[in-house]
Amino acid sequence: MMAAPDMRVERWTRRAQGFVVSLLLLALVLAFGPLLFSAGITDRLSELFVYVMLAVTWNLLAGYGGLVSVGQQAFFGLGAYLAVRLSAAGVSVYPALLLAGLMTGALALAIGEVMLRLEGGEFAIGMWVVAELAHLLVNLDPLVQGETGTSLIALDAFSAAARRADTYWAAFAAMVLLLVLVFAVLRGRLGTALQAIRDDEIAAASLGVRVLATKRVVFMLAAGGAALAGALWLATAITFQPHAYFSVQWTAYMIFMTLVGGLGTFEGPVIGAVLFFTVEWLFGASGVWYLIGLGAAALGFALFAPRGLWGAFTERFPERLLPLGYHVVGARAAAAAGGGEER
Amino acid sequence: MPLLTVENLTATHGLLHAVRGVDLALAEGETLALVGANGAGKTTLLRTIAGAHRAALGRIRFDGADITLLPAHRRVPLGIALVPEGRRLFAGMTVAENLLVAEGRGRAGRWTMATVLDAFPQLRPKLKSRAGDLSGGQQQAAAIARALMSNPRLLLLDEVSLGLSPAAVEQLYVSLAALPAGGTTIVLVEQDLGRALGVADRVVCLLEGRITYEGRARETTRARVLEAYFGVSSALGAGADR
Repeated sequence: MMAAPDMRVERWTRRAQGFVVSLLLLALVLAFGPLLFSAGITDRLSELFVYVMLAVTWNLLAGYGGLVSVGQQAFFGLGAYLAVRLSAAGVSVYPALLLAGLMTGALALAIGEVMLRLEGGEFAIGMWVVAELAHLLVNLDPLVQGETGTSLIALDAFSAAARRADTYWAAFAAMVLLLVLVFAVLRGRLGTALQAIRDDEIAAASLGVRVLATKRVVFMLAAGGAALAGALWLATAITFQPHAYFSVQWTAYMIFMTLVGGLGTFEGPVIGAVLFFTVEWLFGASGVWYLIGLGAAALGFALFAPRGLWGAFTERFPERLLPLGYHVVGARAAAAAGGGEER
Repeated sequence: MPLLTVENLTATHGLLHAVRGVDLALAEGETLALVGANGAGKTTLLRTIAGAHRAALGRIRFDGADITLLPAHRRVPLGIALVPEGRRLFAGMTVAENLLVAEGRGRAGRWTMATVLDAFPQLRPKLKSRAGDLSGGQQQAAAIARALMSNPRLLLLDEVSLGLSPAAVEQLYVSLAALPAGGTTIVLVEQDLGRALGVADRVVCLLEGRITYEGRARETTRARVLEAYFGVSSALGAGADR
């Protein structure tokens, strides 16, 4: 990025290269999931992929953009609702899931025009109001039958095994696509701009950062991702009841996964999602004690490990495993710093 | 033609008129010190020139073009950069990342990572440190270096020495003194009158949003500025120096 001959910015380290290759190998194994795993594990992994999408999109919004929302269930619910609507209108069921995500992303552009003028607590609560409003409006659709809900009946045309495998592959592909998109955003100039806005909007604007335009992109991406997650959750559950999809519990899960994993890091929400998924798998049947445990864990992390698991890890091992940061290398920098690599 | 012209500029905070009908012209390469008591309107004037605060009335011209309605991010490529009061670094990012935010969003020019580190060598060993972990002096140096990365023609510096140790201020001013030689025009808001008179070509004093004194720095006595600063009646006569 820089012109000086004796100093340059590098994005990749040898360790990052090795880590990315390992991730690609893991993705390759997961791509064959339905052929390798039992039916139960395939179903559970589909749910994990949805959790990862939810955590990553909330983290993009709050951890990188500083836009703390408690209303992301609006987009989760709208994604599921639009998938039902599109399917009822004759669109093939799996393309309908993707289309529902894209349409909700486009709708978020309009919602963002109003909501992105709010800041801090006003934005957070305003988003909850948007979610409640979306819930009420969806209930007015005769297809949904109020809180009684409806089903994605087009999935009945598939055998149980085919539906399981197709849903798995759809969720896996959506998760990978979203992770790649978010990674590309964070690695590019938009990512730097986003973090600058999070830390100080006025200073960012005074350095040429387009504050509102950057927020719009991130808001839309986070909404589209949450909507796609909602549509995919519908594919795993088949039934659509508005109160279940527009419940604030979804945003609570997103916050839990992100806080526990590491707010404002790329890796943290993925780790948080895996942890949440595991805890739910092991203790989800424990009823109220499971919920009390989740709340206590979130509180404990907020008080004693505010940077989350990944934040605590990077404090001990500062070199990042993914090539998202900037590494200033060069003779003059090295000589002054007393080391070879500046970051 | 002046690089910056401010005509009858008024800026408000709600019902409060922070800047009232200010007229100002600044030639390329000039350093202007803006002095005045707390609440005199210095920061608001600077932020309005940078586009971080909207003008209520009046006009701002930069290199002949009317920029009054341009948002802050569109003034940066024209060559205006603000170092805001309180430094306002991106605390969660490293020093290197702070500098790189500005790179490529302003103009092309002599300021690159390497040249700003030459101008502010105290930052060189801190490139990988989080900006929020730096000392006050290092933070101020990083804030100025970050603004320079956009290669500004006009650099607006708000309270650069506020809260710094004397040694840090000294180090900072050594770096600042070299900037005009590179063709950078500077507007400097400074509480330390001695420092301001030492580096500026011209001094403007604001009181309750209005200019009460304007004169060449080397012809301006400390007593004369202080009269204008506190609104003593004889200072009104000093306005004849304008």
